Amino acid sequence: MSAASLPITITGLRKSYGHYVALDDVGLDISAGEFLTLLGPSGSGKTTLLMALAGFVRPEMGMLAIGGRDVTRLPPNKRDIGVVFQNYALFPHMSVLANVEYPLKLRGMPKAEARGLAETALARVKLFGYGARDIAALSGGQRQRVALARAIVFEPRVMLMDEPLSALDKNLREHMQFEIRKLHDDLGVTTIYVTHDQREALTMSDRIAVMDAGRIQQIGTPREIYRRPMNRFVAEFMGEANITPASRLEGQAAASLPPTRLAMIRAENFELDPAGPARERVEISGRLSSKAFRGENWLLNVETLAGDHFMLSIAANRAAGCADLETGAQLRAYAAFDHVHLLEEGSS
Amino acid sequence: MTVDPGFSRDRRRERLFFLGLAAPAIVIVGLSAAVPVLWILRQSLLTISGEATFGNYQKILSSDLTWSSLGVTLALSSSTLAICLVLGLPLALALASASRRVANFALILIMLPLWTSILVRTYGWLVLLRRGGLVNATLSALGFIDQPLPLVYNFTGALIGMTHYMLPLFVLPVYAAMRDIDGNVVRAAASLGAGFWRCVATVILPLSAGGIASGSTIVFVYTLGFFITPAVLGGGKVNPIAIRIERTLSTFQDWSGASALGMLLLLLVLIAGCAFVAIRRLAGERVRHA
Repeated sequence: MSAASLPITITGLRKSYGHYVALDDVGLDISAGEFLTLLGPSGSGKTTLLMALAGFVRPEMGMLAIGGRDVTRLPPNKRDIGVVFQNYALFPHMSVLANVEYPLKLRGMPKAEARGLAETALARVKLFGYGARDIAALSGGQRQRVALARAIVFEPRVMLMDEPLSALDKNLREHMQFEIRKLHDDLGVTTIYVTHDQREALTMSDRIAVMDAGRIQQIGTPREIYRRPMNRFVAEFMGEANITPASRLEGQAAASLPPTRLAMIRAENFELDPAGPARERVEISGRLSSKAFRGENWLLNVETLAGDHFMLSIAANRAAGCADLETGAQLRAYAAFDHVHLLEEGSS
Repeated sequence: MTVDPGFSRDRRRERLFFLGLAAPAIVIVGLSAAVPVLWILRQSLLTISGEATFGNYQKILSSDLTWSSLGVTLALSSSTLAICLVLGLPLALALASASRRVANFALILIMLPLWTSILVRTYGWLVLLRRGGLVNATLSALGFIDQPLPLVYNFTGALIGMTHYMLPLFVLPVYAAMRDIDGNVVRAAASLGAGFWRCVATVILPLSAGGIASGSTIVFVYTLGFFITPAVLGGGKVNPIAIRIERTLSTFQDWSGASALGMLLLLLVLIAGCAFVAIRRLAGERVRHA
């Protein structure tokens, strides 16, 4: 079941609905066999982009190419793309097996052969022996697996997934993230995955394209996107980000920062105890305005004299004193200079 | 296990209360539907002088007129249904694919005829379809025909009128069922390789089978008792069972015979209703295990 995976090239793609621009000159290159995630809030254009790739949204301008072949105007049924939909979109009037056999029957495959391949696909998503069941008799997680089996059974050249896990509860969702990634690695098929969950994107992807307002804001590996966001939107969307003009940071190392640039420090990169040489760290000081215990960490809200609010995440195993901190107490927190990231955009 | 008598008393009281809520409707339906039917049934089993007999049924069942009118009735109903399927399914599909705004507007246009009296509409068709009517005049003026087409005062005329009446009632449930289909399910079929017609055959029609069955039942059963349209547009040549009943009464004053024919029509409706329910069940089973 190893389909030859193909690269995807998107150039100058544009789509608007009235005055609302859903896709604004989007360009993207995805290499063969890559797992790329489109990440963004609702209305960012990520689903529109996916649906344009699948052939359900007709772009106004631009080009889509799969494996070097222009598919921009090819109807969806001729694209040979496996699509997994948010609400599974299984055929409720067919059994599990009939759902999975469906794409094979359309391709005129003999009955016995189709049955064999469908059963193999079901086994691959751990649903061996479920073929005769009705869709209505399956749980949400099982339905998602049937949808996966149906999308891979005809060995598509490209897989598109539109928030496939959003309807599942947290534990199952996290489990399925690894399973889908493993399925991708086994099949090696080029995959574009849409989600609004940054943790899901970080967990699963080779690369993440962060989208907002119909544009790709930044594209890179999970670590690049998380640690080196280009702008405030990406920084804040990917995790708890403290953003302040560099001039407002204290400590020896702060002096070397260009004062007008915006500096970003992730909440978990602060510490309450100074570590390392003083010339290699920045500091903040202020009043504890609120705190919360979250199991693996403590969240501390610190308000500086300048009026900046900093969110500090102190790992529970390094937060011996946090339980005793009183609201209103004066705090000093430290972050290693390496963890200070300057955003591309200027000071606001 | 013992139950606190207080609880069972409460439950009885609750049941009585809801029975009370339903009572007015039950009484009215009982009086206005069941009683006349029972009266007709009684009438059909009596001679003119009031003695019990099966003679009325023997008489109508041995009459060729009854059987031919039965044939005409079934022919009208099944032809109307066939045309409704041919015209209504694509229409409902188009409406279900259109935006909600367009679909709602189109539905108002489709429903508009239902707000007009059936008599007015039937005579309207007469104006359009008769020998010198609009349709024939236009066709001959354009040179398509030399002789006027026999569009009315025959089976065709009755069929046109009945289809016109039934089409909206057929389209509504079918449209509702098609509108209910999850768009992603249709998209999924396309992404898996199904072109338009395959998608219609394997996904859209099976998933709207319930609506199609409802619409078909309405059309078939409703048209079994049609009177005005075949009476006016059939020109006396098309005599389904409803017209036979009217003739039996108005020409022969034969209440017992008319009652027996009425019971025959009721039986026909029941058989058709059961047949449609059975077909729907079977179709559902077959689709599920396909």
